[in-house]
Amino acid sequence: MIRIEGVTVRYPGAGSPALRGVDLVVDEGELCLVVGRTGVGKSTLLGLVNGLVPHFTGGHLEGRVLVDGRDTATHPPRELADVVGVVGQDPLAGFVTDTVEEELAYGMEQLAVPPDVMRKRVEETLDLLGIADLRDRPLRTLSGGQQQRVAIGSVLTAHPRVLVLDEPTSALDPTAAEEVLATVTRLVHDLGITVVMAEHRLERVAQYADRVVQVHGDGTVESGDPAAILEGSPVAPPIVQLGRLAGWSPVPLSVRDARRLAGPLRDRLEGRVDAAPAPTGGEPRGAHPLLLSARGVTVRYGDLVAVREVDLDLAAGEVVALMGRNGSGKSSLLWALQGSGPRAAGSVRVGEGVDPGTLPSHEARRLVGLVPQTPGDLLYLHTVEEECTQADLDAGRPAGACRALLDRLVPGIDGATHPRDLSEGQRLALVLAVQLTAAPQVVLLDEPTRGLDVPAKEHLTRLLRELADAGAAVVVSTHDVEFAAEAVDRVVVMAQGEVVADGDRAGVLASSPAFAPQVSKVLAPQPWTTVAEVAAALDLREGGAGWAQRPEG
Amino acid sequence: MASTATESSGVAPTAVAGHPGARRRERLPRPLHPGAWWLWAIGLATAANLTTNPLVLLLVVAIVGYVVSARRTDAPWAKGFSAYLVLAFVVIAIRVVFRMLLDGGAGTTVLFTLPELPLPEAARGIRIGGPVALEGILAALYDGLRLATLLVCLGGANVLANPKRLLKSVPSALHEVGVAITVALTVAPQLVESGLRVHRARKLRGEQGRRLRLFRTVAMPVMTDALDRSLLLAAAMDSRGYGRTAGVPRASRVLTGTLLLVGLAGACVGTYGLLDTTTPRVLGAPAMAVGLAAAAAGFVLSGRRVQRTRYRPDPWQLPEWVVAGCGIAVAVIVVVAGAIDPAGLRPSTSPAQWPPLPTFAALGLAVGLVPAWAAPPVAPPSGGSS
Repeated sequence: MIRIEGVTVRYPGAGSPALRGVDLVVDEGELCLVVGRTGVGKSTLLGLVNGLVPHFTGGHLEGRVLVDGRDTATHPPRELADVVGVVGQDPLAGFVTDTVEEELAYGMEQLAVPPDVMRKRVEETLDLLGIADLRDRPLRTLSGGQQQRVAIGSVLTAHPRVLVLDEPTSALDPTAAEEVLATVTRLVHDLGITVVMAEHRLERVAQYADRVVQVHGDGTVESGDPAAILEGSPVAPPIVQLGRLAGWSPVPLSVRDARRLAGPLRDRLEGRVDAAPAPTGGEPRGAHPLLLSARGVTVRYGDLVAVREVDLDLAAGEVVALMGRNGSGKSSLLWALQGSGPRAAGSVRVGEGVDPGTLPSHEARRLVGLVPQTPGDLLYLHTVEEECTQADLDAGRPAGACRALLDRLVPGIDGATHPRDLSEGQRLALVLAVQLTAAPQVVLLDEPTRGLDVPAKEHLTRLLRELADAGAAVVVSTHDVEFAAEAVDRVVVMAQGEVVADGDRAGVLASSPAFAPQVSKVLAPQPWTTVAEVAAALDLREGGAGWAQRPEG
Repeated sequence: MASTATESSGVAPTAVAGHPGARRRERLPRPLHPGAWWLWAIGLATAANLTTNPLVLLLVVAIVGYVVSARRTDAPWAKGFSAYLVLAFVVIAIRVVFRMLLDGGAGTTVLFTLPELPLPEAARGIRIGGPVALEGILAALYDGLRLATLLVCLGGANVLANPKRLLKSVPSALHEVGVAITVALTVAPQLVESGLRVHRARKLRGEQGRRLRLFRTVAMPVMTDALDRSLLLAAAMDSRGYGRTAGVPRASRVLTGTLLLVGLAGACVGTYGLLDTTTPRVLGAPAMAVGLAAAAAGFVLSGRRVQRTRYRPDPWQLPEWVVAGCGIAVAVIVVVAGAIDPAGLRPSTSPAQWPPLPTFAALGLAVGLVPAWAAPPVAPPSGGSS
């Protein structure tokens, strides 16, 4: 279906090619997963499939790309619209019309599909994706998961043979992500559509893939069987890491396969259960001073109550994850705690009883620092150096304070770089450094893991731990259960603006199927949540021998 | 899949338009073609533009208000009628207040006297403050009311028919222009949204004072955000087949586009020339004729090759003819009434007198009320449809 032959892509001004000597064949009806670190050219590879690279992005392409027999060199994206459907990361940015039904029809109108066929396909697609009750809704009022399904539906109506998805679940809560992925696998199995998908959250999709294409840092790619590729990949999902640790070969990709292999591992871990869990969150909460205490916090927008009478205490030294589906009030709560968001009722006390909501913004941020969902909003200067200088001025700190912080977070960023040219992780670090320059005791981060790859997430995990160890209280809102399992001590789950669960990580995560990390699903009923815990427990038991080694062959 | 097929085939016949047995179906709830609502509103606006009689103008406002309340949907754009009414009041108030301040004394019946602002010799002929006469105020009131009525007519059309849907109905040769306008219309709310977001984020950074930097600190990120969005949208539209040429030679496309734009411009200039008696004759009927001819040629050319289709186009059936006809009829009747009884439509303000109610024009305006029943009823709020 897709043949990529000897393709090298070079963008003007870039030193090395984005892709180098790529040879790849994707057969009909395959689900092909593209993995790799941020910025290695995954998007370029996806863009090749419908000719957006190089027709839309510019750059120089050597070699040949054939899709359903058509050469993308002679067919621009619009002429491939009947063969390839593309769904981007932010579905809202790609919508052309206002309502669901019109959006589904838009592509067909461009392709001159006869009206009666259009009508039939729209109805079929509404049912296929389970969005029939949304047909008249304005697109902007839909939730993230619904928008993503409408975006998939809007390209499906053109009956493409190939579907290209660029991180379709990165903004979605676990349940909505499951829905979207279930839809995609159903399309592959029922309709035989070829799917090419890039995704950072491998734990969600690895089990469905027929082929994994790994893009390396130098622009070369490696493709093959998912288990074989992921076993040696630096971006492997937890289940594969557990498989490596336990020496299973081939490594399992689904929880079901892993559980069937995990019997002996569970037996070996049995004796260590008491000593093991929560190596970081073991101390009782009362041992540390309370930094922030919120009572009856309520946020409303008109008739909508976004946060309903939430009580929350944050102690020094703890990292708290705030979880819950899209629209459950996580962001509103964070903004209200910081003091610059609206708050209809309730009180927030920081430190010695000061309410940040009553302070001017430059004083509030010395108590509570917030990194918003789109961290780039905070940046407006032309270089990283200028941003750092400005941050020192704003916070009234000696020159160089922000830069020193930034170097501690992510060393080696060139001061002359434009902030927009930084990678997602670097930009997040810069904004975090800017906010930390004011030395707040309480640090809030709104979905920082969005768009971060696995190594960047590991780095963030270490940073948050260091902050907490230095005596701060850290709150992270996130959809990423694997990240939460690694990074936090305590989990607060919100639904409909209320706190529905608040407790230590292992207890809250393991008790709910939607939020359970893979390790805990595999090793239940034992309370392990991360690979690191299992490794530590095995080391204790076996003196570090054998288990941690990767099997050869 | 099987259930889908039966369901869609059950729905399909309603989409087929114009076969003889279709009579009964016209009373089913459905949105009226937006073009019909706009023609009706333009008809009423034309009538309002021809008169300064406050009774006639209030009658027009009442008619628009009644039809809007009878036939508006619960769609997002249908909620703004009261805003247009408020705007209309503001227009009248501004008009009257300025007249009081600047030139209130034109007349003999002095109501009260404002303190006068002494002006230098250079500004002779301009007076600020001073006596305020009834005649001047009345003239300003009538004029303001006329403008306000035009606004209400426009607002009524906006509330009854989504202007974007009207853009969808443009001929296929103008499709690309239509899409460009639609996209441009979505940019404004997006700019406001990202402006608010960036402004909120700026507070997190704790900058105070320095209002002058607002442009750099807020406008810059908002603009880059808008640019990013438009690039994403352009890529998405390209991927979905927007601008597919499907074998039509470029020269022919350019010719069609040019003809249609010339036609549109000609028609606009012609309409203006015909309605405004002070413009040169050449801009009237001849410009109109040239415009219409060019447009017709363009439509014929573009119709030769079907490049795209339209999903569920709004049908133009009997109710549409009736609604549009009512608007045109109102305009014609008021023009005729103006010829028969000019004083009735332009009551004297000097000397001030109670305006007469021109019977013929008033009865004619009642025709504008017909769409409240002639238009198909509004569908109940969605939700129970499937």
